[in-house]
Amino acid sequence: MFTNKYIFLYSSALVIVVAAILSSAAQLLKPFQDRNVRTEKIIDILRSVKIETEKESAEAKYNDYIVEEITVNREGEIVSLYRNGKFEKGNVRAFDIDLKTQLTLLDEIKAGKEEEEPQFPIFVCQKNGEEFYIIPLRGKGLWGPIWGNISFESDYNTVYGVTFGHKGETPGLGAEISTMPFQEQFYGKKIFDNDQVFTSIDVVKGGIANLSEAKQIHGVDAVSGGTITSNGVTDMLFDVLSIYVPFFKKQLENESKPAA
Amino acid sequence: MAEEVKTKEPLFSPKNKKLIFNPLSKDNPITVQVLGICSALAVTAKLEPAVVMSISVLAVLALANVVISLLRNTIPSRIRIIVQLVVIASLVILVDQVLKAFAYEVSKQLSVFVGLIITNCIIMGRLEAFAMGNKPWPSFLDGLGNAFGYAWILIVVAFFRELFGSGSVYGYPVMEWIGVYNIGYKNNGMMILPPMALITVGIIIWVQRSRNKELIEEN
Repeated sequence: MFTNKYIFLYSSALVIVVAAILSSAAQLLKPFQDRNVRTEKIIDILRSVKIETEKESAEAKYNDYIVEEITVNREGEIVSLYRNGKFEKGNVRAFDIDLKTQLTLLDEIKAGKEEEEPQFPIFVCQKNGEEFYIIPLRGKGLWGPIWGNISFESDYNTVYGVTFGHKGETPGLGAEISTMPFQEQFYGKKIFDNDQVFTSIDVVKGGIANLSEAKQIHGVDAVSGGTITSNGVTDMLFDVLSIYVPFFKKQLENESKPAA
Repeated sequence: MAEEVKTKEPLFSPKNKKLIFNPLSKDNPITVQVLGICSALAVTAKLEPAVVMSISVLAVLALANVVISLLRNTIPSRIRIIVQLVVIASLVILVDQVLKAFAYEVSKQLSVFVGLIITNCIIMGRLEAFAMGNKPWPSFLDGLGNAFGYAWILIVVAFFRELFGSGSVYGYPVMEWIGVYNIGYKNNGMMILPPMALITVGIIIWVQRSRNKELIEEN
């Protein structure tokens, strides 16, 4: 028989040994895990401009195609500009920004709290002589977070490509948002109507076939059986893209001015 | 503690061989003891996650068996289940971290199921039934045997589910190569859903019992 004292000592010693092993393993493996997360982010960004990459070539391709990393504030002013490996303005790389934290900051400011000014990332991609603007997305699905990247053509209006990801939406239903057939629907859709009013893109339950022709360009078909996830995508697009509307408008104004 | 064999027995004595080979067929953890079914249903839609899951279970089970067997004379019986759980849980966390570092894609597919190895009844069962009363080497073999017994069922189920559900084997589009799509063949989407895993396991049990009459219950 073992005494109580022995049992207490035994379990304490066991827990301390296990804790030491686990924490050193976590420390040791952290760099590898971080690199995986980073590579995944790169692959996702590039997929939204229809560039497929392998894990090994991801970093190199990113440096080839993504020519500028911009961060903007809520007024649409450029806070940081990172081009060709150096900062031309500010000191924050869009790549290092965690959109989730920035969205939380924004929510708290809207709720009236004093917080530091959030910054939102934009990636500028140059492919075959054309420029595309990539915006990361983040929102809520049915079971957990959903996210993605959406890229626009140089009119800041027409969608060029999009990717969606999710943590744990229902397979076969909500999880369909990460499949190509769903994502391909977004190609060529527009987020501003003819009067330059921001409309975002709606994921329409029942399909866009029932909508008027003018509205069809701002909508895609929802996933049947995945209504809440579909609504989540609609909300995510509206919430995140509306932050960038001031920036888009400013850029368009600048471009329409005759060059001095 | 039971008196253990005093004479030195060879590493692969008939008794030890049994430890490895029995769980493969007539003492199989999945088809005979019906343990670990939950993960067998969840990760067998494709071969790759099934293989990684098998390797993970193999590592956890073999190591946990050895560790518990080494500690078996020091573990107070009143807290033995807690000690077993701590050992299993830490091994599972280790495996999970290693997968996240070196097999990121697969670890995402396996998602919670790696963590759920902790609750896999096979592991607790082997620790409690075998490692607590046997020396490290037989315990190690017992762990290997049971893990292989688990693994081959998983891999066979995953093979058929991927072949008929997605038309591929380990990600290679075999059905496309054969060219059956041209003659009107379609993938069966139902194979991807968990219930078909249960049915596939059922078929394996059926085949196994029809070949091995010992397994059939009297009434």
